[in-house]
Amino acid sequence: MENHNSHSPSHDSHGSMKSYVIGFVLSIILTIIPIAIVMNDMLSKQLTIIVILIMAGLQFVVQLFFFMHLKDEAKPRYNTMALVFGLIILLTVVAGSIWIMSYNVVG
Amino acid sequence: MAQAVTGHDKHGHGGHGHHDEHHEHEHESLKTFGFWMFLITDIILFGTLFATFIVLRFSTDGGPTAAEMFKMPGVIAETFILLTSSFTSGIAVLQMHRGNKKGLIGWLAVTAVLGLAFIYLEVSEFIELVHEGVTIGTSAYWSAFFTLVGTHGLHVSVGIVWMTALIIQLARRGITPVTQRKVNIISLYWHFLDVVWIFVLTIVYLMGVM
Repeated sequence: MENHNSHSPSHDSHGSMKSYVIGFVLSIILTIIPIAIVMNDMLSKQLTIIVILIMAGLQFVVQLFFFMHLKDEAKPRYNTMALVFGLIILLTVVAGSIWIMSYNVVG
Repeated sequence: MAQAVTGHDKHGHGGHGHHDEHHEHEHESLKTFGFWMFLITDIILFGTLFATFIVLRFSTDGGPTAAEMFKMPGVIAETFILLTSSFTSGIAVLQMHRGNKKGLIGWLAVTAVLGLAFIYLEVSEFIELVHEGVTIGTSAYWSAFFTLVGTHGLHVSVGIVWMTALIIQLARRGITPVTQRKVNIISLYWHFLDVVWIFVLTIVYLMGVM
């Protein structure tokens, strides 16, 4: 199209084909491992939970850096700060709910 | 977005081309930040639904459990479809930055079709569950299940409608700073939905059947 690239915001980084492909391959691997572990009962229950949660966490990081280009954000990193704040609230809500409700187990 | 254009016309009358462009750029990046704000609130929304689901994970009221009901092949297919669509939406953004309007529209269309395939599989799964007698009213567990997974499915559905509208707009107006920002935002949204699904897969499905 016209020469719009000339005023495309410079901080608006978009990665390269290579970074997208790496991200895609990593996320496929990080998805296949937990599915394989669970479907084949490869590990003990507790270990399985830990491993698949770590895989999900890594997958989140892969999407953030390879697809959402969080690392390339211009300073000041308002988007990153907002995200970190959101994650703190997320952890508080989820961990807090699990913790407090563990005292409410019937029977 | 017409009002964005008229809005910035008010600020600078002719002869300030460069200033206007700068102003518009600021405007667009502010809107992107606004979208991140929306994503944060959406994270919190899903966080509360996940917390509810986890707390109620054993509350099946003596009825059917996840391990009895889940059919993993369909879920695994959904996962890879959504994962691939996250990748294709990234390729669309890449094409946009290369100034390739056709490539951009094409990859957005592929992403939307993959999204539709995902929704088709999810709706079939829900229909099958209901036919086997598991509804949102069966037990606290299934209420939490349908609310969490359904909210994600609703997000994907909204994303498909939005993407279709954006494709039409791109076909008409081409790649402008405004449509560029919109494509960036929808691809953020789509990656975000993929991340949420990964946690649905892990916490709801994988932990449900193990």
